Amino acid sequence: MSRLLQWLFGRLPIGWLQLTHSRPRFAAALAGVAFANVLVFVQLGIMNSMATATLKPYEFFQPDIMISASDANSMSEGGNVARQWLFQALADPDVTGGTGLFIATVDWARETDNLALTTYGIDPTLPQFLSPAMARKISSLQLQNAGILDMFSRGLPREEAAAIRPQTPASFEVSGTTLTLYDTFQGGGGFGVDGYMMVSDQTFLTLFPKRSSAAPDHIFLQIARGADPDVVAARLRGAISDKTLRIRSFAQAAAEDQSYQQTERPTGIIFGFGVIIGILVGIVIVYQVLSTDVADHLSEYATFKAMGYPQQFFLGIVFEEALILAILGFVPGFFVASGLLVGMKAATGLPLAMTTTMAVMVFIGTLVACSVSGAIATRRLATADPADLF
Amino acid sequence: MSEDTPIAVTGLNHWFGTGEARKQAIFDVNLQVKRGSLTILMGPSGSGKTTVLTLMGCLRDVQDGSVNLMGHELNGADRAQNEALRRRLGFIFQAHNLHGSLTALQNVLMGVQVHGLPDRQTQHDAARHALSLVGLADRMGYLPANLSGGQKQRVAVARALVGNPDVIFADEPTAALDSESGMTVVKMLKKLGQMRGTTTVMVTHDDRILELADRIVTLEDGRIVRDTAPYHE
Repeated sequence: MSRLLQWLFGRLPIGWLQLTHSRPRFAAALAGVAFANVLVFVQLGIMNSMATATLKPYEFFQPDIMISASDANSMSEGGNVARQWLFQALADPDVTGGTGLFIATVDWARETDNLALTTYGIDPTLPQFLSPAMARKISSLQLQNAGILDMFSRGLPREEAAAIRPQTPASFEVSGTTLTLYDTFQGGGGFGVDGYMMVSDQTFLTLFPKRSSAAPDHIFLQIARGADPDVVAARLRGAISDKTLRIRSFAQAAAEDQSYQQTERPTGIIFGFGVIIGILVGIVIVYQVLSTDVADHLSEYATFKAMGYPQQFFLGIVFEEALILAILGFVPGFFVASGLLVGMKAATGLPLAMTTTMAVMVFIGTLVACSVSGAIATRRLATADPADLF
Repeated sequence: MSEDTPIAVTGLNHWFGTGEARKQAIFDVNLQVKRGSLTILMGPSGSGKTTVLTLMGCLRDVQDGSVNLMGHELNGADRAQNEALRRRLGFIFQAHNLHGSLTALQNVLMGVQVHGLPDRQTQHDAARHALSLVGLADRMGYLPANLSGGQKQRVAVARALVGNPDVIFADEPTAALDSESGMTVVKMLKKLGQMRGTTTVMVTHDDRILELADRIVTLEDGRIVRDTAPYHE
């Protein structure tokens, strides 16, 4: 390592030699940086999983435009939308089709626990509004009181989920109605629900008799090939009488939902603060290490000043130390955080994972944070006065 | 002037502190040091000899008077000029000030790398040679913590000499050494003066080495009270 650094810097790697001179202190410094990394990684992991969980339901569908109520900040929030707006939208020459989407939560009371399933009521004769993977699964939904279930639902044993096939369906009671599950699809638990379920709109209305077919939660629209969803959505906003409706491209709705979850919901804000606190902890730890190191070596630095070494040389040493701490502290932080995320995923069923983007982002952030700490620590160099050596 | 007189001090005054606490430490010091000579500054504690040494070594800013070092006026010199000049000097400190994380060889290398010698091998050869000169060829890989006081001081001497300085400023370089080692170090400095023309200015209380001095300057209360060359008269 020493030789590599000497080759890189073209001088003795004094920063490295200083840091490694006391192994226990060096290990403690690296542990501090790693700890800050773990903090940031875990918070980012949770934020990421929130984003993944938020966007998961959007993966089940593929309309071009979604019409929602004014208070629908996310797919599962907000009031209903009158079906009459679907017909008004169909008057637009670029709108080729539409359907309503019903959403509610079904509780599956099981022997040991209770599964909260976000349930979507769709028209099974219109698979073009579903993702190809989902579209292949919905033929059974044309049967009354039939459903297909999220195989990754939290609390649902994998073997039990795997056993749900058209030939071996599973049934459970919902508000006095027996619902039969014929198949499964890939979903995953989120922060608010344990999993997802798909039923036909007719079955949905049976399960929720107070809901009306004239008032779905959202309206999905499909537009002509080549038409721009944003342009059509803008046109529809002008054409549809109810100006309070949110008429957006499906992609925009997903992006706004994610932004809402991360910046306006308390959970998103808390985890965002967690990231900031992790960064601050890292900066403080590295500053403490570097400023102590500078203070410990003031007489040596003063000696080098007397010998004619310029100020840049000393800045170089401090930044060399900052980079070493950043790089070597990142490695254990990365592995510990990866392990923690795997463990948390197993324990919660949330889509927690270490991603390349996260790793690159945190690595760059660590380099920047350590450099900032180093820049602050260099102020102490000014107190190294060679005249004091005599 | 700079060829034969690398150090010329004229009308030098210096103060410490500010306001009412401001106190004059050096009074109208005039001194010219010949090239290749070994000059010893003597005097009681607080007499100002170390202050004069640091002013001549561009480690302090000259407030009043003139210090001409190797043809460069230090009064009014900026930091970059001082740094450039210091690279042509060698310093030997009483407390040796070796870097505790660097081996003896690496400490001496610091004295070479400041000059930006062309390649790593040349730098290492120069550092090894300097350590051999002070009798530490077998201690190159040792950290200062594993060297005796005398050995540390010899490493500091090697570090000061390795860059072939024009002038060496030494502050009590023999204080931590036994009699024999002390004499060896000073003889080495003397020999450098004769061979390379290296000028040495040394602050010391060590009477054992006075006989090697070309000149002895005694300061009291910030003034030169005696300036002799007793062993050359």
